[in-house]
Amino acid sequence: MSTGSGQGRFSNVTAQDVVGGLLLLGIAVLILDLIRLVVTGGLPLGRLWAYVWNGIVDSLYIGLAAIGLSMTYSILRFANFSHGDLVTTGAFSGWTAAYLVGGLGVAELSSRLLLRADGGAQPGSVGMDVLSAPLAIVVGLIVAAIITIGVALAIDRLVYKRLRDAGGIPLLIASVGVALALRYLIAFFYTTETRGVVASAPQPEAPGFLPMETINLHEATLVISALTLILGIHLLLQYTKLGKSMRAMSDNKDLALITGIPTERVIFATWVIGSGLAGVAGYLIVLDRGQITINLGWFLLLLIFAAVILGGIGSIYGALAGSLVIGLTINLSLVWIPADMNEIAAFTLMILVLIFKPDGLFGGVETA
Amino acid sequence: MSDDRTTGDGLLDGVRESDLPQWATDLGLIAGIVLATYVGFAVLGLLTGVSVNAIAGFLQTVTFYAAVYALVALALNLHWGYTGLFNIGVAGFMAVGVYTMAILTAAPDGSPAGLGLPIPIGVVGGMIAAALVGFVAALPALRVRADYFAIVTLGLSEIIRLSLLSGALRSFEIGGTEYGTGGGSGIRYTPVDSVIPWLLERPVFGFVGDQLFALGTILGIQPSVIQGALYTGVLIVFVVAFYLLLTRITYSPFGRLLKAIREDELAARSLGKNTDRTKIIVFMVGCGLMGLAGILWQGSRSLVSPDSFMPIVTFYIFVALIVGGEGSNTGSVIGGFAFAAFLWEGPRFIRTIVRTHADVRAPPTIYDAFVALGGGDPLALVGYMIGTLDEIRFILVGVVLILLMIWRPDGLLGHRKEIAAATDLSRRPTATDGGQTGEEAATTGGETDE
Repeated sequence: MSTGSGQGRFSNVTAQDVVGGLLLLGIAVLILDLIRLVVTGGLPLGRLWAYVWNGIVDSLYIGLAAIGLSMTYSILRFANFSHGDLVTTGAFSGWTAAYLVGGLGVAELSSRLLLRADGGAQPGSVGMDVLSAPLAIVVGLIVAAIITIGVALAIDRLVYKRLRDAGGIPLLIASVGVALALRYLIAFFYTTETRGVVASAPQPEAPGFLPMETINLHEATLVISALTLILGIHLLLQYTKLGKSMRAMSDNKDLALITGIPTERVIFATWVIGSGLAGVAGYLIVLDRGQITINLGWFLLLLIFAAVILGGIGSIYGALAGSLVIGLTINLSLVWIPADMNEIAAFTLMILVLIFKPDGLFGGVETA
Repeated sequence: MSDDRTTGDGLLDGVRESDLPQWATDLGLIAGIVLATYVGFAVLGLLTGVSVNAIAGFLQTVTFYAAVYALVALALNLHWGYTGLFNIGVAGFMAVGVYTMAILTAAPDGSPAGLGLPIPIGVVGGMIAAALVGFVAALPALRVRADYFAIVTLGLSEIIRLSLLSGALRSFEIGGTEYGTGGGSGIRYTPVDSVIPWLLERPVFGFVGDQLFALGTILGIQPSVIQGALYTGVLIVFVVAFYLLLTRITYSPFGRLLKAIREDELAARSLGKNTDRTKIIVFMVGCGLMGLAGILWQGSRSLVSPDSFMPIVTFYIFVALIVGGEGSNTGSVIGGFAFAAFLWEGPRFIRTIVRTHADVRAPPTIYDAFVALGGGDPLALVGYMIGTLDEIRFILVGVVLILLMIWRPDGLLGHRKEIAAATDLSRRPTATDGGQTGEEAATTGGETDE
């Protein structure tokens, strides 16, 4: 027994530091190797730039979704496994709206209403890109946010509100149930087929000061929308009373209650912001990838969790930083490992952080 | 009642009265639910004109899934129900077991090649491999909280699945032979249900089997259904074995320690219990059993691929466990059965019934179905719903999970208190009997109980 506890103390003191050190060492080695590859010409600079750029794009939509997950985790105190399916909800509702507006008079109502479930209304013929149908794309973006917020509020009223004091694990299990029901409710209407819904992105030539030859306008739309929203969230959290109460709630719920912060109103705001951003994220992912499937958000969920955990649960800026790390990891890891293993790298990173640095990479800053 | 033990001549009676009823009522409960369900489905099927063969086949499938879900739910119950380890990486541990078994037993000249070892070695190897991966996963269990541990195990199960899927491990050459996981196309191997043809060649089993096949011919049941039913019988033997093993574990001192960890780990630790070691052991045992359950389930197909181990599989097992009630082995078995019969296979039975009666052709989209409904044809909508029954089934599973969490978080049997002490302390005569000597007190206690 005494040896057991002795070992326990031994591992408690050093394992954290050892693994932390090894992680840093590993990252340093990888950076050195990256430099070596670039210098020796093993990795063309253009390809490195492509990886970094894809990493930033990925991190932006992961970040949009991660903000909401982090907020619900810190304010409602549970790991919301249905968050990924809110992303899916946003994608389907937003693109349905875009098709209804953009395909008016071009395609049949049935194809537009069900997002090509019958194979009609080719995205190219409907003109589903930002230049041919800017209005439709913007309408879709707004509708994606509104419908997702509505769905999230309805779910909160029906499910989570009854379980407010149930503790983390029952809420987690209920959220798995919500995820299943929501996803297959969508599948019931839209079918489980994966299909392309966006026309190929217009690619005008880039102005000289940018390091790429052409600009993918859909990617640019994603980047600009995401950055605008993130800036908006930052302003909201820092400069409004609501933001202050939300930060207070996530920091110390009991203390917030005593000081008279209206809990339910803050929870309402949490759902509105979190699910709205998730819906927009889903919509923008489809704009970038061109394809829509009911598993869109579910497959993304673990990456979103990874981002939230890396940044430290409860911290919105941490979640964004974590998203950047995850986005760069899944893309830069392609330098060394095959493409079908890049998520393994991200998940391994997540597990290591959870075990050895559960407060997140950036220390335990809980507030905003 | 347990106090009857002290009266010498009634020792056996006492044991029978105090110990038998518990498992006997449990057995009666399981048998009652299973029989009622069988009769219900059979009567429903016969009344609606489904053929005897289809009904037998359906009940066979239900029993198969009930058995495999009960197996995994029992193993999971050890983790979550008794120890409070919230493991949502069940699919990953099953995958390790099945893949190890497949690689050990696949034919050496196959593609990818295996080692061609006998099946029992493969089964044991699979269990050991799953337990070892469980050991790796249990190390974080010692330091992270429950919801983090959930995410760690889910991440691990996805890492396992993605590794099996990846091209890097698809095949590699050792000594001129291509080994590997086969990537997305999986590995072919001898299925474990090949034990049935082997058993049928043995004297006693062969005789019983012949009688069953003869009976099947009379009733119009296909031999393949009976073959399946025989393998399901083997599974039921394993369910009983799992049940006995887990009941033995959970009623032992070790089991009391598990419950102590679940209720209050700090208290257990402060009583000098080595909770870390206990958690590692129990996690490894549970993972080994999950590996075995996976082998018995997926291993009865002749091909295994990573798609069989999506994270969703873990949640099916959770639904089965939660329906029954975590922390109750009987509940796990009943939950597995209820999940298989009503949520998993039940909707398909309805589809069979509808298809035998009406020629419902599913319209391509729900839009067409509503157009037809507007034109006075409700059958199109029914057809669409029958066509999308798999989706509806998932919705049902999700809704059941939510409703259980809201109204009955303890499941059907989870509210039962399992007595941790060797004797039932709650039934002791109260302090008023304090003045009496042991034997008198016992007799009085026994009398008041009856």
